[in-house]
Amino acid sequence: MMRLPPSVPQAKTSPSTLRTLLLSLLAVLLAGLVASIPARAQSQPDISGIIAKFGNDSYSDTSDAIAALATSGSPQAAAVVEALAAGNLLYDPASKAVFIRTPSGMVDPASGAIVGSAPATLSPVRANNRVRRALDAAAGALTLLNADPAKRLDAAAAVFKSRDAAALPTVEAAIAKETVPAVKAALAQARAAILIGKADAPEPDRRAAIQLIAARGDQDSISLLRSLPANSSPALKAAAEAGITKAEESLKFWAVVQNVWYGLSLGSVLLLAAIGLAITFGVMGVINMAHGEMVMLGAYTTFVVQELIRQKAPYLFDWSLTIALPLAFLFTALVGILIERTVIRFLYGRPLETLLATWGVSLILQQAVRSVFGPTNQEVGAPSWMSGAFQIGQLSITYNRLWIICFALIVFFTLLLVLRRTPLGLYVRAVTQNRRMAAAMGIRTGRIDALTFGLGSGIAGIAGVALSQIDNVSPNLGQGYIIDSFMVVVFGGVGNLWGTLVGAFTLGVANKLLEPFAGAVLGKILLLVFIILFIQKRPRGLFALKGRAVES
Amino acid sequence: MNRTRIIDRTGGIFLIVVLAAGVLIPASNLLLPAGNPLHVPDYMIPLLGKYLCYALLAVAVDLVWGYCGVLSLGHGAFFALGGYAMGMYLMRQIGSRGVYGNPVLPDFMVFLNYKELPWFWEGFNIFPFAMLMVLVVPGTLAFVFGWFAFRSRVTGVYLSIITQAMTFALMLAFFRNDMGFGGNNGLTDFKDILGFPISAPSTRLTLFFLSAVALAAGYLLCRALVTSKYGKVLVAVRDAESRTRFLGYRVENYKLVAWVLSAMLAGVAGALYVPQVGIINPSEFAPAQSIEMVIWVAVGGRGTLVGAALGALIVNAGKTWFTGVLPEAWLFALGALFVLVTLFLPKGVLGLAASLSEKWKARRPSSDPTPSATPAE
Amino acid sequence: MSMLTPSADPYAVKSQGALSLEAELGFLKEEQPAPDRMALTSALLYLDNITVSFDGFRALNALSLVIGEAEMRAIIGPNGAGKTTMMDVITGKTRPNQGVALFAGTNDLTSLDEAAIAQLGIGRKFQTPTVFDMHSVEDNILLAVKADRRPFSNMEWNPSRHERERVEELLERVRLKDSRHRRAGDLSHGQKQWLEIGMLLAQEPRLLLVDEPAAGMTDQETADTAVLLKEIAKTRSVVVVEHDMQFVRDLDVKVTVLHEGSVLAEGPLDQVSADERVIEVYLGR
Ligand SMILES: Nc1ncnc2c1ncn2[C@@H]1O[C@H](COP(=O)(O)OP(=O)(O)O)[C@@H](O)[C@H]1O
Ligand SMILES: [Mg+2]
Repeated sequence: MMRLPPSVPQAKTSPSTLRTLLLSLLAVLLAGLVASIPARAQSQPDISGIIAKFGNDSYSDTSDAIAALATSGSPQAAAVVEALAAGNLLYDPASKAVFIRTPSGMVDPASGAIVGSAPATLSPVRANNRVRRALDAAAGALTLLNADPAKRLDAAAAVFKSRDAAALPTVEAAIAKETVPAVKAALAQARAAILIGKADAPEPDRRAAIQLIAARGDQDSISLLRSLPANSSPALKAAAEAGITKAEESLKFWAVVQNVWYGLSLGSVLLLAAIGLAITFGVMGVINMAHGEMVMLGAYTTFVVQELIRQKAPYLFDWSLTIALPLAFLFTALVGILIERTVIRFLYGRPLETLLATWGVSLILQQAVRSVFGPTNQEVGAPSWMSGAFQIGQLSITYNRLWIICFALIVFFTLLLVLRRTPLGLYVRAVTQNRRMAAAMGIRTGRIDALTFGLGSGIAGIAGVALSQIDNVSPNLGQGYIIDSFMVVVFGGVGNLWGTLVGAFTLGVANKLLEPFAGAVLGKILLLVFIILFIQKRPRGLFALKGRAVES
Repeated sequence: MNRTRIIDRTGGIFLIVVLAAGVLIPASNLLLPAGNPLHVPDYMIPLLGKYLCYALLAVAVDLVWGYCGVLSLGHGAFFALGGYAMGMYLMRQIGSRGVYGNPVLPDFMVFLNYKELPWFWEGFNIFPFAMLMVLVVPGTLAFVFGWFAFRSRVTGVYLSIITQAMTFALMLAFFRNDMGFGGNNGLTDFKDILGFPISAPSTRLTLFFLSAVALAAGYLLCRALVTSKYGKVLVAVRDAESRTRFLGYRVENYKLVAWVLSAMLAGVAGALYVPQVGIINPSEFAPAQSIEMVIWVAVGGRGTLVGAALGALIVNAGKTWFTGVLPEAWLFALGALFVLVTLFLPKGVLGLAASLSEKWKARRPSSDPTPSATPAE
Repeated sequence: MSMLTPSADPYAVKSQGALSLEAELGFLKEEQPAPDRMALTSALLYLDNITVSFDGFRALNALSLVIGEAEMRAIIGPNGAGKTTMMDVITGKTRPNQGVALFAGTNDLTSLDEAAIAQLGIGRKFQTPTVFDMHSVEDNILLAVKADRRPFSNMEWNPSRHERERVEELLERVRLKDSRHRRAGDLSHGQKQWLEIGMLLAQEPRLLLVDEPAAGMTDQETADTAVLLKEIAKTRSVVVVEHDMQFVRDLDVKVTVLHEGSVLAEGPLDQVSADERVIEVYLGR
C-alpha cells in the first residue's frame, strides 16, 4: 500500500533538528543501559557449566543445556539460544570450547566478551527436531521477561503451546512480576497448561488449572484437557471430563455463531448484488441479464479511481472508495440508461426477448472490459479502515465484512426511502402499476423508465464498489452474481424490496449453515434445489405481491 | 378442411439438403482426391458433424420454446447428460488400454483411488443399455423437473430462471470429483466405439452420416408432432394458456410430453456429439452454453424447426470463423447477434427470407439487394 | 406469467378448499339421507354459502345460487359486486374459502381443476374475448370440439368426420364460414366474441357462463347475440353477466342482482328493478 512510513518525512528536516534527534536517541540508549546495569549486577549465575554441554554436540545434551539455560536467569541465555537457532553457535570438536559467531567476531557465550583468537576448526552445534522444540520453548520462556508487553504476550502464547514443564519456574516468576492484566491472564493460562501435564504438581493447583483451561472453551482447551496424564487422580480426570464437555459445548455454540456471521456476510453480498435487480426486475419487470456486468463496471470504476489516486494523489487513498461510490453510480447509471434507451425500451412486455437481448449486452460489456483491461484480475486495495479485524469471544470479525454489511443495509434503506418518499419513487410506482394511466396524467413514462433502469444499474454499480473489496475484479466478476441475484429476488418475491432483504439474508445464512454438513459445493447445490422446489410451491416468492394486477 | 401436410416445401428442401449432405460429404471425402476443390478434408468432418448435433439440439429447443412457449435456459443439461451416457460407454470400452491399465476402472477412478466401479457405471459397457440411458437419463430428469414445474404452473421467466438453476446445480455437481464422472476433466481419451477406432476417418464419416440421419429424423418427429392436433394444442397453450385450460385440456400434460421428448432429442444430440469431439466435461452444463442455444433458434426463426437447425449452423459456422480470424471479436459478434436478432429479426432468418420473397413476388423489383443464402424459399 | 389462482398463497386457500371438501363429501357420502341428496341433484348448479376473501376483503360473501337444468339466468350488479369472481369459483380458477359448489348434484367443483371442470361440461366466455390468435378460425373451433382431451389421443393429423361436421355446423351458426381460414387474431372484436361463443358451443357444455357478451358490440350485434343465447338456452343452462339493461330486457329471463358479494334480489327484471335496495345500489339514486 501507498502509505509512507512515518519516519520518512523526518529525513527532510534540517540538520539542527537532526542533531537533537540523535542526541535524544543517545540519551534514551544510555538510560536503558543504566537501567539494566543493576539487573546484571544483581545476579550473575555462572552458566559456563551449561555452555560446556553444547560442546559435546550430542542432541540430548544440547536439549538439556537449552532447558537449563532457559531457567538460569542469565542475561546471556537469550543470546546463546538465538545463536543456536541461527546456526551461529559454534564449537571446537577438539577442545569442546563453544563460541558465538557475531559480525564483530567470536564471542564467549558465558561472559558475552569478544574472544581474541578462536580455533579455525569450528563447526556449528547441530539441531534436530527435538532440539528445535527445546529452542522454541526456551525462546518462549526467555521472552516472558521482555520489556515489551506485546512480546511477553506472544511468549506466553508460545509457552501455552509448548507446555514445556521446564518453563514453569520462569512462568511463575513472570506472573509474579507481571502488571499488565491481559499478559497476566495469558501467563496464568500458560501455567495452567503446564500444570495439567505435570503429574507431580500439587493436586489443588492442577484442579484450578483444569478449570481455568476449561473456561477457555476452544479447541486448544479440549486437546489440553485430553492430554491429562493417565496416572492423574480420578477426581482430576472427572474434572477434565467435565471441562471437555463444557468446552465442546462452547465450541459448538461459537461454530454456529461463526457460521451465522459468515452467512450474514454472504447475505449482505447477495443483497448488494440483488438490490439493483430488485428494481429492474422486481419493479419494472425487466429481466436484465447484464445486471452482473453493471456490478463489474462498478468494481472497475473503483479500480480506475484507485489507479488515478495512486499516481496523482496517494494521500487520498483512504478516501478512494468514498470517491469511487458516486462515480460508479453515475457511470453505471449512464450505461444503464443507454442500454434502456437503445435496447430494452423496444422490448417492454416481452420478457423472454429482453432476457436474450440483455444477455447479448452482457457479453459485449464483458468483452469490452476484457479488451481494455485484459482478462486478468485487477488489484484493488483496501483503505486502512477496511482492513484488520477484532475479536468477540471466539468470533473474529473483519472490518471489511462488517462495513459491507452496514453498507448493504444503508443502500437498501436509502433505496426504500427513495421509492417511498420522492417524486421519482411516486412516478416509478405509477408507471409500473398502470403505464397508460400514468401517461394520461402527464407523466413522461419513457423518461421514468430510463431513470428507473438507471437507478437500478447505478445501485449495481455501487454494489460493485463494495464487492471489489472481497472479490476478484475481473471481467467475469458479474457472471458469478447473476444467478444468485435472480435466486434472491425470485425467492424473496418479485416486486417486493423487503422480500429481497429477507431473501438475501436467509439464503446467505442457510448457505453457510449448510456448509459444515454438506461442504461448500454440495451446500450450494442443495440450496439451488431448494429454491427450485420453493418456486414450485410459491411461484411468486416469499413475499408475493397480491391482487389482480400481478396476473396476466 | 385442408388436409395437413407434415412435410411442407421448406421442410422438404431441408430434409433433402440434410440427407444429401449426409451422403455427399462423406462421398466427396472418400472418392475425390485431396486436391479437388469439392473434396472435404478430414478435419472438417467432425466439425461438420458437431454442427449437425447442434442443429438437432436447436430443433429440440425450438420444440419447447417455439411451440410451447417454454424458454429453457437449461437444455445444455439434457445435451450433456446424453453426452455423459455415451461418454461412459466409451470410457468402459477403453478397458485395460488406459494409462493405468486397469481392466474395469477408468483412469480417473484409479487416480482417485476408487476401489470398485460405482453402481451407476454398471451396464454402460453394453452398447444398447448405454443408448437406452442416452434417452432415459435426460428424459427422467426432464420428466421429474417438468412434472413439478408445470403442475405448479411455473411459467415464463420464472421457469427460465429455474431451468438455469437446474443446469447450474448440475454443473457444480459434475465438477465434484466424488460424483464419479471425472470431475473437472470429464470423460476423454476414448479409444473405440463398437470396436471401430474412434478417430479413424471411416468411423468419423459414419458418425457424420448418423448425425445427419438423426437430425432428419428428429426434425421429422417434431414436425409430425407439431402438425398434429396435439401440436395445435401446444400452440394454443403458448398463446393463451388459461383459455386452453378452460377448454378442458390438461395443459401441464401437454407441456410435459413435449418437454420430455425435447430433452431426449437433446440427449441424442449430446450422445452423437461426444464421439465426434472426443470429450465431455462439466462445462457443457454451464448456463451460458444453454443460453447460446436459444440464440441459435432465435437467429434461424423461432417456431419453425427448420429455422432452428439453420440458426445453429449459421451461428456455429460464424463462431468457428471468428475464433480463427478474430478471436477477440467473437463475443462482440455473439452479443450483437443477441441484441440485433431480438430487436430487428423477431422471426429470424427464415422469417426474413419469407417476407423478402413475398415482397419480391409482389413487386418484382429490378434488383434484390439482400442475397439470400438460405436454402429455404 | 399466468398464475391463475389469484390469492397470494394459492396453497393455503386450496388446502382450505380441501378441508371443506372433506367435510362436505363426508357429509354427502355418509350422513346425508337419499331424499335430501335428490333435492340437491335436481339443480344443475348449486352454490351455497360461498365465501371468497382476498386478504380479508370479501369478494364473495356467503353467496348462494341455484341454476336449474336448461335454465337461463341473467346476473347483474355494480362493478366489483363479485360477478366475475363467482364465475372464477364455478370454473375452478379461484378456490372459495368456504362453501359448497356442486355441479349436476354430485361433482364438487371446489376440488377440481379448470380442465376437469371444463370436461364436466361447464363452458366459460371471458369478459374480453380470448381466442387463439395464431390459429385459423376453423382450428379454433376444432380445438374446442368435444373430444378426448388427453395428449396421446390427439396425435392425429386429420380431424375425424365427426369433428369436421361439427366445425362446419358451428362455423355456420356463428356466421364465420367466410372467415374460416383467416387467423383469429385478425378478426374484428364482434367476430371474436362470436367465435368464442362458437368455441363454447363446440364444447357441448351443459352449463354456459357468459361474462358481458355485449361489451363492445354494435346494437345489431347485441340483438343478434341475445337471440343466439336464447336459442342456446333451449337445450342447456346459461348464466349471463351483463351491464347492458336493454340486452337483459331482450333476454327476458329471471334476474339475480349481486351486491358486495351476495345476492341482493332475484326475480323478473321488472320486479327486481322496482326493488328499493336495487335502485339504491345499482340503478343509482
Ligand atoms: N385476485 C384478486 N385479488 C384481489 N382482489 C380481487 C381479486 N379478484 C377480484 N378481486 C376483487 O373482488 C371484487 C369483485 O371483483 P369482480 O368479481 O371482478 O367484480 P365484477 O365482475 O362484479 O365487476 C373487486 O373488488 C375486485 O377488486
Ligand atoms: Mg367482471
